[in-house]
Amino acid sequence: MTLGYFPGCSLHSGAKEYDLSLRAVLQALGVELTEVRDWSCCGASSAHATNHTLAVALSARNLALAEEQGLAKVMAPCAACFNRLATARHVMAHDEGLATTIRPMLTRPFNNQVEVQNVVALFKGLTEVIAAKMTPLSHLNVACYYGCLLVRPPEVVAFDDPEMPTSMEAVVAATGATPVSWSKRLECCGAGLSLSRTASVVRMGREILADAKAHGAQAVVVACPMCHSNLDLRQAAMQRRGEPLDLPILFLSQLVGMALKLDPEALGLGRHFVSPAALQLAPALIAPQPRASLQG
Amino acid sequence: MSASEPVPTHHDPSLSGEINKLTGLNVAACYQCGKCSAGCPMAAEMPRKPHQLLRLVQLNQRQAVLSDSSLWLCLTCETCTSRCPNQVDPARLIDGLRELAFQQDPTLAPLKQRAFHQAFLHQIKSHGRVFELGLVVDYKLKSGALLDDALQAPGMLWRGKLALMPNNIEGKAEVRRIFEACEHVAGEEIPS
Repeated sequence: MTLGYFPGCSLHSGAKEYDLSLRAVLQALGVELTEVRDWSCCGASSAHATNHTLAVALSARNLALAEEQGLAKVMAPCAACFNRLATARHVMAHDEGLATTIRPMLTRPFNNQVEVQNVVALFKGLTEVIAAKMTPLSHLNVACYYGCLLVRPPEVVAFDDPEMPTSMEAVVAATGATPVSWSKRLECCGAGLSLSRTASVVRMGREILADAKAHGAQAVVVACPMCHSNLDLRQAAMQRRGEPLDLPILFLSQLVGMALKLDPEALGLGRHFVSPAALQLAPALIAPQPRASLQG
Repeated sequence: MSASEPVPTHHDPSLSGEINKLTGLNVAACYQCGKCSAGCPMAAEMPRKPHQLLRLVQLNQRQAVLSDSSLWLCLTCETCTSRCPNQVDPARLIDGLRELAFQQDPTLAPLKQRAFHQAFLHQIKSHGRVFELGLVVDYKLKSGALLDDALQAPGMLWRGKLALMPNNIEGKAEVRRIFEACEHVAGEEIPS
């Protein structure tokens, strides 16, 4: 099957390893990616915080491009891009007034026919293939971190349960690792305030990681480059103000790639600030028992 | 008004009327349960919590709301919107209020958040995509926060996390025209 791919700006720079690992893993799983041709930025927080029309139009342009290319579905690995594309699809379907204003801006036919998918949904649909090909990541306890935008708001993203999701845990279970049960998996990491209000982001990140650690996680799995950068790059600052965390933050694609025994370099595992090397070399070293696993 | 005069289209000049026109939201539906503020990850840092901002909109306190820095602390994490028992959609309301504030006077937003949004939009308008290094430099110049995060740069370069050149898309002019068309809809330039 071929799947539309909207990498988004982060995957071309700060989160290059997310792009690398996704491409490597999906190739191994037999999923062909077709990048949306000449895609532009989804607009992110700065567009929707200042101009709603612009925010919807910028994302709708990408949906129109995908449609022009004949793609039925587009997967956006960044939770923020996914959310913005899903919002554009929702608004263009439900707000006829705004849709009428925006359609001429897109300069190509737009019938709103492209489905938008996040990376967790994609991997959830591949759990059987993963389970068939993997070498179990036994003794590895990971915290599945959803953050905000994968599951909220429910009518827009139409994915899993907004308060009690289980998809990421299902993917982790397919790799043979153990998802721990913890409290802060749906809390926001601070996202777009990373540059303009770093102290808030450090506070939120520390609360999230301290909770993951207290529940026995050896690593945190994320499905968003913003979450990754806020929890990985900012972890040193979190530790300066409290007890050590030392929690490697892995993209979901990297964890799947580890279970598929792909080359660590192809997965970009050496690119993180908090090194996941210890997990690969000696996974059993620090293995407290996880709490009761989640109810499906 | 005599019976022969045309009936004017109903226009509600209040802040809640303006919000309704911009977002379609009905702020009167809020009965101040406070659930939005209870789940908000930034409420502890906000001078006014989400339910208090909502109340001020109901009371038509335009200037007090639009000049409140709390608006710019909202992360749009959508927790409030997902939990609101009366479908008021506080996250969308806050976006609408930020848009009105930005239209009225961008300096109503605190310097750092304003600088970030303007630098970010400028990247999209110039290249079609966000060039992170350009974003950071422009943000620093606009906000004056020159030394923040300066120590992160070598680590990011070392890890191949910092592209050194912008990636211009072919449809750059197309994206610029979207900006211009949206400015036309808003009736003024989008500050970037």
